[in-house]
Order: sequence, then structure tokens, then C-alpha cells
Amino acid sequence: MDNDIGLWAIPIAILGGAIRVSTPFLFVSLGEVLTERSGRINLGLEGTLVFGAMSGYAVACLTGSAWAGVAVAALAGAVFGLVHGLICSLPKVNDIAIGIAMMLLGMGLAFYFGKPFIQPVAPDLPSIPFGGWSGLPQLEAALNVNVLFLIGAALSVFFWWMLRSTRIGLILRVVGDSTDAARAMGLRPAIIRTLATGAGGAMAGVGGAYLSLYYPGSWNEGISSGQGLMAVALVIFARWNPIACFFAALLFGGAGALGPALQSVGVSSGYYLFYAAPYVLTLGVMIAISSPSRAMTGAPGELSLTK
Amino acid sequence: MSTSSLSRRHFLMGTALAGSAAFLGLPRMARAEALDKLTVGFIYVGPKDDYGYNQAHAEGAAALKSIPGVTVVEEENVPETIDVQKTMESMINFDGATLLFPTSFGYFDPHILEMAAKYPDVRFEHAGGMWQADKHPTNVGSYFGYIGMGQYLNGVVAGHMTKTKKIGFVAAKPIPQVLLNVNSFLLGARSVDPTITCQVIFTGEWSLAVKEAEATNALCDAGCDVITCHVDSPKVVIETAAGRGAYVCGYHANQSSLAPDKYLTGAEWNWSKVYTDMITATMAGEPIPNFVRGGLAEGFIKMSPLGPAVTPEAKADFEAKQAEILKGGFAVIKGPLKDNKGNVIAAEGEAFVETDVKLESMDYLVEGVLGSTS
Amino acid sequence: MADVTAMVQAGARAGAGEGWRAALARKSEAVVLPVGALLAGLAIFGFFLMTQGKSPAEFYGLVYKAGFGSWFSWQNTLSRAAPLLFAALCVALPARLGLVVIGGEGAIVLGGVAAGALGVVLSGASSWVGLPLMALAAALVGGLWIGTVGALRHYRGVNETIASLLMSYIAIALMNHIVEGPLRDPASLNKPSTAPLPDALRVGNIPGAELHWGLPVGILCCILSWALIDRTTWGFAARIAGGNVRAAQVQGLPVGRLILGFTALGGAFAGLAGFFETSAVLGSANASLAAGYGFTGILIAFLARHNPLAIIPVACLLAGFEASSGLIQRRMDLPDATVLVLQGFVFVAILLSDALYGRFKIFTPERWRT
Repeated sequence: MDNDIGLWAIPIAILGGAIRVSTPFLFVSLGEVLTERSGRINLGLEGTLVFGAMSGYAVACLTGSAWAGVAVAALAGAVFGLVHGLICSLPKVNDIAIGIAMMLLGMGLAFYFGKPFIQPVAPDLPSIPFGGWSGLPQLEAALNVNVLFLIGAALSVFFWWMLRSTRIGLILRVVGDSTDAARAMGLRPAIIRTLATGAGGAMAGVGGAYLSLYYPGSWNEGISSGQGLMAVALVIFARWNPIACFFAALLFGGAGALGPALQSVGVSSGYYLFYAAPYVLTLGVMIAISSPSRAMTGAPGELSLTK
Repeated sequence: MSTSSLSRRHFLMGTALAGSAAFLGLPRMARAEALDKLTVGFIYVGPKDDYGYNQAHAEGAAALKSIPGVTVVEEENVPETIDVQKTMESMINFDGATLLFPTSFGYFDPHILEMAAKYPDVRFEHAGGMWQADKHPTNVGSYFGYIGMGQYLNGVVAGHMTKTKKIGFVAAKPIPQVLLNVNSFLLGARSVDPTITCQVIFTGEWSLAVKEAEATNALCDAGCDVITCHVDSPKVVIETAAGRGAYVCGYHANQSSLAPDKYLTGAEWNWSKVYTDMITATMAGEPIPNFVRGGLAEGFIKMSPLGPAVTPEAKADFEAKQAEILKGGFAVIKGPLKDNKGNVIAAEGEAFVETDVKLESMDYLVEGVLGSTS
Repeated sequence: MADVTAMVQAGARAGAGEGWRAALARKSEAVVLPVGALLAGLAIFGFFLMTQGKSPAEFYGLVYKAGFGSWFSWQNTLSRAAPLLFAALCVALPARLGLVVIGGEGAIVLGGVAAGALGVVLSGASSWVGLPLMALAAALVGGLWIGTVGALRHYRGVNETIASLLMSYIAIALMNHIVEGPLRDPASLNKPSTAPLPDALRVGNIPGAELHWGLPVGILCCILSWALIDRTTWGFAARIAGGNVRAAQVQGLPVGRLILGFTALGGAFAGLAGFFETSAVLGSANASLAAGYGFTGILIAFLARHNPLAIIPVACLLAGFEASSGLIQRRMDLPDATVLVLQGFVFVAILLSDALYGRFKIFTPERWRT
């Protein structure tokens, strides 16, 4: 049995890593696209993600159903999002600062209530093997695709279509671009933004459930290493386009797999620098696509972050 | 505690706890009065239920709670900054702790050393540190176990079970304690089949779930079919590797419940015994030696029960080598041996037995380990 | 940012012959509202504790005892506050220009490495030569790091929030690479570090207390920053630019130089935090530099409404909460995350109180007669 695939290990690992690691980034950034398109930023999604990971794992443990865990994580995420949205609807409140405070609260509550669930083992989410044809165990493993990833991919197309061609999308965009224009159209921006923030929170909660229920697939206090924060960065990187979010998440996940993969083929010195690859890559692309003279294309006009 | 003839030979080790304080020319401490009350403080760098390093210590601490007169106070998630100094002081000032176990390696220098100078009446016992009589205060002690022996036995089983002749190791950082484990794991496997290689991947952090999972996947992709690790919380590595169909060997604590079919064996700490001995000695007014080490024979470490997948030949070999180690004076690192850059580590006939303190400053990976130390 | 302009206007009105009672009313709003919100946050957390079957009275008693109840407790609190002062300045100064920089952690970590690395080179130097040079190196590296964020913002239009976050991850990776690679002291064994600093290059404690010099220097930096913003033309220009960049440019204000200057200054302060961590606490540069002070600093700055003087009490409050975490774990059998929950409730409450400014008649002299 010869499984040595030499340097092919790197592209396969990047492909596999992209699929495995990207899902939380994808869900959080898709949710944040909805929120930011409505003109509000939620920097607290890291806390929502962690709370989603904890609540999803806990419920999956207690009920024996991973999908019940996902549902509860979405619900918990929505609550966090709605609270953030409601607070930010008040005048003079700084949404970035509230985001950071909500991040702290979410993580605190998740760690507080998560203590009894570090030890038990919860059921995993199912995955679909797409690589059976190859006969190559590495490729089979890489193409073992989780259902949530597929849902995320479908949602990114759906959101893209929704923002472009539906009434809901139009409302979101108008509210995000100009509060005054929205009011003139008889819309109530505060309510719409709050709902969009709630939806974004629900998506972030699901992203957290993926972490604890599939990959890496357990609950502990170090389960998220900043995925929620980075996903917010990816939204700007993707210019508020859901389909671009999908590719940005894949790119970021794949770049994250580079470090371990390089070590496994013998490129082993300076691994910290390889581990920084996703951040360097994202920063490089941001520098390349930004421009000093005009606002970022695609940026919602009411967004505090880009004003 | 056990004062069998086995442990008596290791003059540095467990037996010393029972009262034979005169050894190695260390200053003999005055015999203190027996105590009827003692408050002991435990400090952990991570959560105390991490299925790993901190849990192993916390289980040791929990064993003390049943000793009459002993109060245990604990604090978890204490970083290796001024935080730990203040935590130690707080335990001393508010709880009256007179014996502290700050359990993370990074607590030693400068944090424990500073507090020890400030509180000469409090005793500080540190896991893994290198207490030296000429450099460090006498109210500081360091203790550790030869867990590399456990990784050697992991390797023996792995050597029998691997089909690809390639085994894998997920490691946090290239530090001596970790390097000794990696080398021991491979040399254990090579005692079965000298063509086996071991791929190591460093994650760079003690606890980083996603990176540990990615490293495990990369090892599986590279063809490794038995995997172990040295990170603070092995849960993710064990679950991910077993999910990919690889066999796993545990570390720090018993993780067999996470992968019952794939779990071969594991190198576990047995701190409850070590701590119980230390506290019993202290309560009886006996001093704790400043430099305490022990291995399988002294009960500092233990092996998880062999899993159902382990073949009879592997089991027989494991038991034979375990018996060999229990006799004492076993050397994993022995000549002829080169590191993986071709430098000679040990010439023919040269051996570093488990008690050799030189092993605690290991900075190489032996021939057959794929990976580098920086 | 808008409220900065409002403050300037209010200040102008206050100067225009208003009575002392009106001036006092305006000033007291900025104290009464956050303190009220703090109490409300503590009350909400008290309810949370009661749902957990724990006594809020016991909890707050322990917070007081461990954070503020004795000289030891105060020293505990203040020594934790020292790095937070610098970290908060790294957020507050750019914020005066409307920039949200959240990557101070990177500057702290690299500042600490710079100080540790220079300390190795200067190992024979005296304190009077070595320490200022190390502090300077740390400030320089920190200033360059966050200054780069400002430059990217000004010259390339790169969002400073995201850029600084990314750069903090990169900085931590660099730090790990340096202390485990090129600058690793082989004797550091299981905690990879740069070579230990000689005693002459260790910052000591201020006389009569177990507090290193980082605390008074941090307080001094807060006061100087306040003077810079409130008492100089540069600060005035920054406040104008922070209110409206376009208007500032039209008026011919050097927005670019302001952005570079304020981000670099903030970064330099964060770098100093790293210097003190390396030289006063750790004794060498290692991974413990990334202790999260930079992230705590973000919250402190926002809670202090980016007022450098307000940073001092807010940092002490936060440090006091953290100082009490241990005793709460040990005495009340609550998990360590309890203090995180407390902070979350308190911060949300204080930030919520932003909505109340100008709502109360008692603080708004214009409405006294109506």
C-alpha cells in the first residue's frame, strides 16, 4: 500500500483545508454581508460564533442530535444579533464599541455555561463523500464535504441573487446606502437594520456550531482562534458581495492549510511565517484593491467603518 | 507511598519524598513539626478540564481534597505574566497558602523565582523546572516525570501497528520536553522496525484547535497511520486522527473514550500519586526534596490500558519493554545514534539513561524524524 | 466623531459667559452618566448571579477586597493597569481623528521584542544608557507598526480597523518566529525566550511599592496625550479633522501628517507597554508578551470616550475586576469566565448610556428655562 503522493500533498491539502476550514468564515461573513449591507457593522460576531459553538455543542450533547444543536446555535446567534441591533438603534451609540463589548459578553457567557460540556462527546454533523472515485485516500478525505459547507455555498448564491433582484435585497441596499432615502421611501431603517443584524447573528451562530460539531468537532475555550473577527475582515475584502465572500473564505481556509502541509512535505523551518500567510495574503489584497481617492466600491454608504 | 526496592535505586526520586532527604549534597532541611492544617494552591495555565496537561494536574489536586486537614485552592486560565505572580501572592495573602503548585513551565522564571524571594516561608513546587542548588532559592522545588518513556512505549505499539511504516506526531513547540517525546516515540517504533519514520508537525501554540486538526489531517495525508501528540489538549488530535482512520496514542491523560476502537495506549501523568506523597510528607513534617523526578517505576507516569485493536505480538512486546523500563536505568537515547541533520548524538556504547538531566535540554530530532527544530 | 464637534461647540458655549452652575452641570454629565451606567451594569450582573444561585453581595465584597480593599489589592490592580494605559492610548489617539485602530497588540508584542533584542546587544551598558535606548527602540518599532496602518489608510485608503487587526496577527507570528528562531537563547529550554536581560537593564519598582515604573510613565503619557489634544493647535486640528475630514482638508489642515502622527504616537505608546513588559516583568522577550493587553485597551479607550485622562480610572476599574477574578474562583466556586461576563454586562451598560447624553434636563442648561 503506497500512499506517498509527494508534492501533490500540498494542493490536495490546500483544497481539503479550504473546504474544511472555510465554513465558519463563510457563514460569519455571509451574515455580516447582510448586516453591513443594511448599514451597520457587528464586530461582536466573534462572541456570537463562540456562543454558537458552545450552545450548539451543548444541545447536541443533551439531545443527541447535531442538527438540533445547529438550530439552537442559530437561535442564540439571532438573539445576540437582535440585542446588538436594538442597542445600536439608539442614538449616539457607537456600533463598533458595542460590538467589542458584545464580543466579550458572548465569550464570557459561552465559557461560563460551557464548562460542563468540555468533557462530553457530542454527535458530529454528517458529511458527504465526493471523492470515492479517486481511489486516493488523501483526495477522498479532502472531498469529504460537510453539509453545512454546501448550504453555505448555496446561500452565497442565494444572497447574491436576493440582494440583486428581490424586494428584500432592494430594501436592504437602500437602507444601507442612505437613511434619508429609506425614510423617504417609507421604510423604517432602525427595524430593518435590527432584523439584518439578527440574521447576521444567526449565521454566525451556525458558523460556531460547525466548529464545535464538525471541524475540529469539539467544544473547548480555544475553539475559535479569531475566526469571527477575521470573517468581518473578509467581508470588506469581498466588497460586500456574497459570492466573493465564498471565494474569500475558501482562499483564507486554503492559505491556513498551507503551513501544516508544507511541514508534512519537509519545508519545516519558519513555520510561524507560513502560518501568517492568510493574514499577509488578505492584507496584500486589501492594499491592492483599496484606493485613496474614492470610497470602496460596493461599500454601503451608511457604514460607520468606511465613512 | 511505595518504598519498594525498585524505587529506592532512583535516589533522586520518589523515595526521597518519604523522608530520605540527604542526597546529592543538597542542604538538609531542618525537620519541621508535623502539621495539622495545610493550604495548598494550584495554578493552571489553561482550563482544568482540557483532557490534557491541566486536567492531569487538576486530577492530582482533586486527590488531595480527601486528606484530612488539607485545603486545596485552585485558579485556572492564569497567563504567564504578572498575573501569575499576583495569583500566587493572592493565594498566600488571602487564603494562607503555604505550599503552591504553579503547574505551567513558563511560571518558573521569573515569576516563581521572584515570589520565592519575597515569601521565604512559602514553598513553591514547580512542574518541569530545572531547580539548581547554586542558582535558585531553597524554598523552590521542581518535579517532573520521565514521560518520554511513555512515548517510547506508545512508539513500541505504534511500530507494530503501522502498515505504512510512517507514524505522525502533532507537536506544539520545539522545546526539550516535546523533542524528547518525539524522539522517544520514533525510537520506540524503531525498536520494532528500524525503517519506520516519524513525521512531526509543529503548530506553534499550546492550544489551537483548528491548527491541530489541520496538522493531523496533513499527517494523515502524508501517509501516517499512527498518530500521537504533545499539545495541551489532545482531544482534537485524537478525534480527528481517529476520524481519518488512523490509530492514536494518547498523551497527558486517558483519551480512550474519545476513540475506543482506534486508541492503542497512552502516556499519562499520575500526579495524584505524586501530589499525595508530597502532601503526606509535608503534613508529617518531612521536607520535600528540591529536585524530584520519577518515571513509570515510581508511579509518576502510567500507561493507558491497551486498546482492543492492539495485536497479541504488540502486546507481548509492549509488556516486555515495559518490564525492562520498570527495572530502571533504561536508555531510549543510546548509541549509535545521529540526529536528523547527521550529527552524532551518541557514539557506539554511549547511553543517556532516563534519569540523565542532559535529556532535559534536548535540542535535536533523531534520525528518522521528518521535521526541524526551528 | 460627531460628538467631538459637539463637545467643541459645547465648550465654546461654556466659555461664552455661562454661569458656574451651568458649567458644572455640563461637566457632571460626563461623570454621572457613566457612573450610573456602571452601577446599572453591576446590578444586572447581580441578577445574573442570583439566577446562578450565588450571592451578589458576596461577589462584590470579594471584588472590593481583592481589587481595592487593601494596599496589596491596590498594588495588584495597579500593576495590571500599567500596560492597559498604554494599550488604551494606542486606540484613543487615532480615534480622535475618527480612526478605529484595534491592532495595538501587534505594537506591544513587537515593542517588547525590540527591547529584548536591543537588551542583548547592550548587555554591558549601564541603566542610564541602556534603558532609554531600549524604550526608544520599542517606541520606534511600535510607532512604525501602527504608523504603517495610518499610512496605508492615508495613502492607499486601506481600512485601518481591518489592517491593524491583520497586522497584529502578523506581528504575533513574527514575534514567535524571532524568539523561537534567530534570537532564541539556547538556555531558555522549555519557554523559548531571548537571552535574559542583565539586572542593569531591568526596570525596577518605584520606591516604597511593588509597582514598576511603567505605571507612573503610563499615567504621565495619558496626561501628556490629554495636553496634546486639549491644549495644542495640533490637538485642535485633530479634533476638527476627526469631525469631518473633508472640511479639514478644505481648511488646509495637514490631514495626512495628522493621521501619520497620531497613529505613530499611539503605536509608540503601545511599543512602550511592550518595553515595560519585557524589561520590568518578564526579563526577556517571549510569547507571554501576547497577553491580550492590546485588546483590553480597545475597550478601555471606548469606555473612556477616547479621553486620555478618563483612561486612567477606567483602566484601574478593569484591572481591579481582573485582580479579583482569582479570589472569586477560589471562594465562590465560580468559573474564571465569570469576570468576563461581568465585564460584558458593565461595558454594554456603559456604552448604552451614550444614548442618554443630552436627555436629562439637569445636565443641559439650555433647557433649564423651558
